[in-house]
Amino acid sequence: MARNKETLILLIDVGPSMHSVLPEVENVCSMLVQKKLIFGKTHEVAVVLFGTEDTHNDLEKEVGGYEHVVVLREIGVVDGDLVELLQNLPRGTSPGDFLDAIVVGIDMLLKKSPSGKQKKCLYLITDAKCSTKDPFEGTKEDQVWVYKKTSEEKFPTLKKYSDKAHPSANYATHEVKVGIEYKSTKDPDKFVPPEQRIKGYSYGPQVIPISSAEWDAVKFKPEKGVKLLGFTDASNILRHYYMKDVYIFIPEPGNAKATVAVSAIARGMKEMNKCAILRCVWRQGQGNVVIGLLTPNLSSVDNIPDSFYFNVLPFAEDVREFQFPSFSNFPSCQPDEQQQEVADDLVRMLDLAPSDTKEVLQADFTANPVLERFYRFLDLKSKNPEVDVPQLDRRLKRIAEPDPETFSRHKPIIDNFQKQFELKENPKKKKLTRRAWREKASASNEEEVGVNDGVPEVHSASLVKCSTSAKVEKVSDLNPVQDFEAMMARRDSSKWTRKAIKDMQDYIIDLLENSFDGNSYPKAIECLIALRKGCILEQEPKEFNQFLINMYKKWNTSDLADFLGLLPSKNITLISKSEAADSDLTEEEARNFPVKLEDSFE
Amino acid sequence: MDLDPEGIFRDDSDSDNELYEEKEPTKDLAVYLIDASPKMFESITAHGDEVEETYFDIAINCITQSLKTQIIGRSYDEVALCFFNTKEKKNLQDLSGVYVYNVMEREAFDRPTAMLIKEFSSIKDTFMSKIGSHYGVLPGSRENSLYNALWVAQALLRKGSVRTCSKRILIFTNEDDPFRNMTGAIKADMIRTTVQRAKDAQDLGISIELLPLSRPDENFNISVFYADVIGLEGDEISEFLPTASEKLEDMKDQLRKRIFKKRKVRTLLFSIANGITIEVNTYCLIRPTLPGSTMWLDSVTNVPLKIERSLICADTGALIQEPPKLFHTYKNQKILFSMDQISEIKNISDSHLRLLGFKPLDCLKDYHNLRPSTFIFPTDEEIIGSTRIFVALYQSMLCLKRFALAFYGRSSNPRLVALVAQDELISSSGQIEPPGMHMIYLPYSDDIREVEELHITAGATAPRATDDQIKKASALIKRIDLKDFSVLQFANPALQRHYGILQALALGEDEMLDIKDETLPDEEGLARSTVVHLLEEFKTAVYGENHDQEEADALTLKASNSEASRKRQKLTENATKECAKYDWNDLAESGQLKNLTVLDLKFYLTAHDLPMTGKKEVLINRILSHLGK
Repeated sequence: MARNKETLILLIDVGPSMHSVLPEVENVCSMLVQKKLIFGKTHEVAVVLFGTEDTHNDLEKEVGGYEHVVVLREIGVVDGDLVELLQNLPRGTSPGDFLDAIVVGIDMLLKKSPSGKQKKCLYLITDAKCSTKDPFEGTKEDQVWVYKKTSEEKFPTLKKYSDKAHPSANYATHEVKVGIEYKSTKDPDKFVPPEQRIKGYSYGPQVIPISSAEWDAVKFKPEKGVKLLGFTDASNILRHYYMKDVYIFIPEPGNAKATVAVSAIARGMKEMNKCAILRCVWRQGQGNVVIGLLTPNLSSVDNIPDSFYFNVLPFAEDVREFQFPSFSNFPSCQPDEQQQEVADDLVRMLDLAPSDTKEVLQADFTANPVLERFYRFLDLKSKNPEVDVPQLDRRLKRIAEPDPETFSRHKPIIDNFQKQFELKENPKKKKLTRRAWREKASASNEEEVGVNDGVPEVHSASLVKCSTSAKVEKVSDLNPVQDFEAMMARRDSSKWTRKAIKDMQDYIIDLLENSFDGNSYPKAIECLIALRKGCILEQEPKEFNQFLINMYKKWNTSDLADFLGLLPSKNITLISKSEAADSDLTEEEARNFPVKLEDSFE
Repeated sequence: MDLDPEGIFRDDSDSDNELYEEKEPTKDLAVYLIDASPKMFESITAHGDEVEETYFDIAINCITQSLKTQIIGRSYDEVALCFFNTKEKKNLQDLSGVYVYNVMEREAFDRPTAMLIKEFSSIKDTFMSKIGSHYGVLPGSRENSLYNALWVAQALLRKGSVRTCSKRILIFTNEDDPFRNMTGAIKADMIRTTVQRAKDAQDLGISIELLPLSRPDENFNISVFYADVIGLEGDEISEFLPTASEKLEDMKDQLRKRIFKKRKVRTLLFSIANGITIEVNTYCLIRPTLPGSTMWLDSVTNVPLKIERSLICADTGALIQEPPKLFHTYKNQKILFSMDQISEIKNISDSHLRLLGFKPLDCLKDYHNLRPSTFIFPTDEEIIGSTRIFVALYQSMLCLKRFALAFYGRSSNPRLVALVAQDELISSSGQIEPPGMHMIYLPYSDDIREVEELHITAGATAPRATDDQIKKASALIKRIDLKDFSVLQFANPALQRHYGILQALALGEDEMLDIKDETLPDEEGLARSTVVHLLEEFKTAVYGENHDQEEADALTLKASNSEASRKRQKLTENATKECAKYDWNDLAESGQLKNLTVLDLKFYLTAHDLPMTGKKEVLINRILSHLGK
């Protein structure tokens, strides 16, 4: 996406009434600038404070007045200093006049960047709400311009780092290149040159070779353009059929007739509750067509024209018509009248958009907590490379967890809900998630208590981290392998070896039992390898062997069987006599172990 | 393997890899048992003037359709096609009345191939002469063809482990009482042994499904015999057939939907509040179907190549063995991250799915969308009582017109989601929308762009349509109405073409079936005089009488006057002058074009109004083709 240059002036009220929220303001503003450092390095930013004790601005010098307005930073390209500056805003003493500040801001914009090309904005900050805006690239379609309305801002792609270059080599880029070699399957030493390669397309089990020239000659080539297929009742298209990020169709700026035409159709559609079906080919040479839905977006602001939203719809091949039983078919699962009533209460009362206050967690004002955390960590790390990943602050926590205040306000309803419905474990199923389920339940109870006492909850993970210099006394979640090795290496008492092995075993079991779609497997493998190595070094082969055998017995027929299947390929076998004398297994027995056991279980 | 090497399905945005990570876990092994008794060859068509269709034709037709879908979408699933009540026999057990169908270069139980689909779809022509139809259960004989068929199917399904595969037997028949010709003890005995055989198969983890083909005049009575075979009890029997299908098309639809195996993506714990956690399964009902994978082959032998990737240090050229750290450049520093740190940053929530509260449905805007939705349906498998809570909330949400806002804490990309309750919708062809909730992935503010603000007309108000103009637009909208529009009505023309080409090549056919692009508008309908008339009226109302003329004038004026066009003209003149310095024909003949600079080549392209994009090689080719070489 092309991002044009943007000039932004932050007008920040630092008067006494603002003091309580200024930490939040510092946070948001510095985050904004950090984001620009990543995505908009050429953008220009200036900072104007008002409500300050001092006065310092051009207008005051030129024409007088404009008191208590300080230009903290003139318009300039974003840099790291600016982040610092915004993190330490001075507190002012007099009530700020935002009109004065706006005039000062406009004056700066006019004087310093007279050219009309770039986007200019003033952000006036009197509370913590501040949204960021980026200009966009669009394509012109007749009299309508098409833009992306939403587009996922992805986690930045990080580059791979190479530490091979000599530390003193200043020129080093530390970058990593990826080399790709095409080799014959039969003869692994034979390279196949590019001209001898041809692309194969799968059709069932067959692979069909087609050269790109042949493919180009026959492939589907629709003509560029947007075509109307017709209008249909809005109720014909359910919300969950929207496939992708959303486009906006907006009339060509300055074209009054196009604006009126769009407005007439949009309003007509709205009145009749209709939507339009379009077939779009955005670019010439694009190999597919898009079928989508145009819905009216009537503007409520006078100087913004009416427009349309465009959502992509699925093709017949994209929809799987699975059949599900009707809920009325489960008489045993029907809630009774009382239960339905408490459910109604819950849905009504846990309201995030009450009519008397503002809607909470509105998409347009809710920042991506992962990205925010990454920016913050990036900035902290630029100052101190050893720093830990920052905890989620309260603001970000409110995105991922329910607001304890709302929940405690409606505690009677929730308690009633809990009383009315009974949940119990299925005794026939001895599955692993059960444990996780119970743990979760207790965790949220604790949190409830924490909130009632007014003590902010603390994220445990980063507190447990042990510094490597201190004596390690337990295997932590952060660096299990290092902790384990450190404990095994302790010579001050023999109990540490035992404890390390025991801790590590518990940790591995914990990891796997709480595994969600195999997400913890790599870590568990790493730990298992460390455990095996440790047990060989310390001559404790039986500890490891018994542990591994138990794992197989326990999980061979469970969901975790696929984990066990990974082990032989990672050379995680039983420890044999040749590796540790205390073992009573021959090398062959050790190697064959999982296979044999599996047989006996089949 | 590259999912979409050509980038054809990428459209404007990058393809979203994460979406396709949600692969369904197991592969499906299915044996289709198709009844071939004479009763299946009775005609079903009610009206005399239509082409005659038999039950057998319908079964073959639906199976062919599903195989075609399968080879595109789930080509790793395996099938075996098996007829029973046949004259000939062909099976490893040498049991009579059972014929396992297959084609060349394919195992009896294998992935479907182009050849299989082609041959099977036209099996009708040769069936009678090669395989033959024959009642398998007759008085005076102890033969039991259904029993034999179940045995053969079970033997075929010995393949694969139950842990990694789902195993199914699908029975297609129009006979609800297969032992109707038998009496007394022999009949009872046959029923008992057949049901026992079915139970044995089910104990081995094989599910048996029945796809009954009922007659228009009489319903398939499942309780006569089949309820016991597929293991239905009590209420389930009455629920099995939702409605007797009156139309043939509806029956086909029902059959087609039943063939597909429902696959869950994963099981989630949904925390409601205060330790109340229920269990739900997620399903992908809507996901873009992409063309199959491609791989590199050796063009001499057509054998797949092995691709080896290695990480090389850009500074020293050394190979990097261990997984490298990652960095990001910030304030001119290289900030390093370990993998653990990255996953810790992304770890925002320790729950799978956590309820935050409820909002009215109109808070969910049309632009609150990023990717296809995911369907959730409750399960009591591990936590008994989950379904009841889910149903209670679902009914409240439907009735109060609210959706639930929740946080979906996936480790890779945690997101806020809207859970929208969907009421069950049923038509004559069965369920159209299943009951449950759809999880809609919401954008964050980072993902939303304030495009409209770029279009603010400073100081002025944006023009709005008058009531008269809106009325004219409404008349037009009413006229171009797609009455029964359904998202299922269009096949993807690019995908159809893609597989059409592959199918033709796989079968060694020269001619490719012409694939109709169903997505093109109905030009004829739009050219109807009433529509054209309304369009004209609307145009006049908005643009005024002489708009076309004005527009044309404006265009010519623009072309001659604008700064850009004058500039372009000058460039062209200059380029023409420059390129006259060479004898292009001569250069092309002698292959010396490559000795010219790109700048020189571009002069030629500018002078002849050709596109200037691409590498030097591309430019040369373009010039050559322009010169007609």
